[in-house]
Amino acid sequence: MSNQEKHWEKSKGLLLITLAIWFVFSIGIFLFGAEMNEVKGPFGYPWTYWFTCQGSLGIFVILIFWFANRQEKIDEEFGFSEREDE
Amino acid sequence: MKGNFIDNLPKVYGIYTGGFIAFIVIMAIAEQMGMSKYYIGIGFVSFTVLIYALIGWLSRTAQADAYYVAGRQVPTVFNGMATAADWMSGASFVAMAGGIYFKGYGYMALLVGWTGGYVLVAALLAPYLRKFGCYTVPDFIGTRYGGNAARLLAVIVLTVASFTYVTAQINATGTIASAALDIDFKYAVYVGLVSILLCSMLGGMRGVTWTQVAQYIVLIIAYLIPVFWISNSIDAGFFPHFMLADEVARIGELEQQYGFVKNSAADLATVPKGDGWVLSGITKAHAEVNTTPWKFISLAICMMAGTASLPHVMMRYFTTPSVKAARKSVGWSLFFIFLLYSSAPMLATLSKLSLIDPELATGIIGKSIAEVEALDWYKNWNQAKLMWVSDFNGNGTLELNEFFMGGKAVVLATPEIAGLPYVISGLVAAGGMAAAMSTADGLILAIANALSHDLYYKIIDPKAETAKRLVVARVLLVIIGFAGATVAAMGIKQILGSVIWAFDFAMSGLFFPLVLGVWWKRANKQGAIAGMALGLLSGSAYLIWVETGGAGFLDITEKTFGIVGASVSLVAMVVVSLITQEPDRATQKMVDEVRIPSGKSILGKQH
Repeated sequence: MSNQEKHWEKSKGLLLITLAIWFVFSIGIFLFGAEMNEVKGPFGYPWTYWFTCQGSLGIFVILIFWFANRQEKIDEEFGFSEREDE
Repeated sequence: MKGNFIDNLPKVYGIYTGGFIAFIVIMAIAEQMGMSKYYIGIGFVSFTVLIYALIGWLSRTAQADAYYVAGRQVPTVFNGMATAADWMSGASFVAMAGGIYFKGYGYMALLVGWTGGYVLVAALLAPYLRKFGCYTVPDFIGTRYGGNAARLLAVIVLTVASFTYVTAQINATGTIASAALDIDFKYAVYVGLVSILLCSMLGGMRGVTWTQVAQYIVLIIAYLIPVFWISNSIDAGFFPHFMLADEVARIGELEQQYGFVKNSAADLATVPKGDGWVLSGITKAHAEVNTTPWKFISLAICMMAGTASLPHVMMRYFTTPSVKAARKSVGWSLFFIFLLYSSAPMLATLSKLSLIDPELATGIIGKSIAEVEALDWYKNWNQAKLMWVSDFNGNGTLELNEFFMGGKAVVLATPEIAGLPYVISGLVAAGGMAAAMSTADGLILAIANALSHDLYYKIIDPKAETAKRLVVARVLLVIIGFAGATVAAMGIKQILGSVIWAFDFAMSGLFFPLVLGVWWKRANKQGAIAGMALGLLSGSAYLIWVETGGAGFLDITEKTFGIVGASVSLVAMVVVSLITQEPDRATQKMVDEVRIPSGKSILGKQH
């Protein structure tokens, strides 16, 4: 496998993990919205309410920065990161 | 000032922010000295709009890459702010808290969808399209799949989706201009339009970028100050986001106590409707799950896929200096959006509690109708067609089911109800204007750029010189702006209805052709054409069917028709791609190149 193919395999792996986390907090947990809302969560808000107001939204912000850093590492590892003058 | 403009950005916008805060303070002092509400409103809106126009003029350019992609030198954080302003429309600013207030959980799917979509933008598309080096989204489709047919279809989908969206934005600028300047809505729409064009006409993307950053600063200050102030003034908590659990629980208690009494049809018929009146009563629990999982999830999915397909968002990431910066910039965008979105539910909570809790001085439920009708702020907002009460059961006391309000009142009226000085209401008007203008600018520019670059330059006249191209681009900008304003002046749909449609249209026609263009090498021209055409057609057909009284299927409504469009688009694209020839060697190599950040972009710096 060429260097570039390896880079793409690893990038695809990262994509799958990112999308899996995204799926859980944008879709997965809301399958159980009614049940989850019975329980008190962060700062005393009901869990489902908290996720829709702050939780999921905040997790997405962190997830994107995490993804961006991991992808940068992968690019560096295989020598595909951009040079400054490009 | 030493160094060039880009190096000095933090300083420039720091001074600007300080200047804006100083302006608020001056207006507050002027109010104490007796300046009338009318002049405070005019002051806020005209001062901010003049500054945007000044930035637009300073950013004028005669170069294609500055006009189309702001010279690809917008730093990560500033591009994040510009995207946030581009993204948060007049609807987000004025109507979102109201939607949460009246519809509760069912509406919150929009918050999840409008933020979750950015994960898709960051992971699936933005960095790759940045590497591609395109000027517009159809530029990517046209080059990746080859041929004018694919490019033209992309232009059509983009125009349908963005135009649906832009009329709502011009409508919002008109509403605010009409209220703040006290002129008729029919003319205010065109005042709004002229302000919008002042930002974008001379500098294109460069002008829009730097005004959007300025607009973000205004809109976020205008949104956060009232939320924090109200929270403190009714003693709900110093930092509302972490401290409103008791208030949310208290609303639940009051809902139990009052009960949701259903009004008779005869009573409801007396509620004013039309002619500017759009009222709702509180009929849904504040923090209870009030919809099925599928309804919530399907709406969230449409908003997420739509976010990733709306060209005016995607093209913001063409302006970053590198692929790496494009990725990070998506994170910053969502962070700046998060600041406002996480505040909207808090504002809805504070607004509702201050009105319905009889233990608070501002609470009106349980008071006598005569007493409520004598309140100054009630009279004002009743006159503005945003509040209405009636004694349905004839007991002389205002019950929960006898109180009606327009969604916009949550943002517009709460400061006044909570007893904040009028200067805050002026500030909120300026914020709403900034939100609507920035989104309208992004959208009009997206449409005009696609038409001027992809339709005119790439298809009709490939030999046109830069000067001529930029004249065409500007003429189109004005034409599209006027078309949007004319439709807006007719006032067909409510602000939010059409905003949601834009996401479904974009998702139906563009989501899979964009994503598969990067992630599936086998995707070819025929597949993309089938995907875009059939996706848009089937989605539109379903919308028309449901809107004309059709039953629909699988609980897919007029808000989620993108699910039908995108599914058809995916199947059509895969099937047609597989039964036709695979893309040629050069195209496959191009896809390989797109997947790595290093090396030259596919399209040249000037193209």
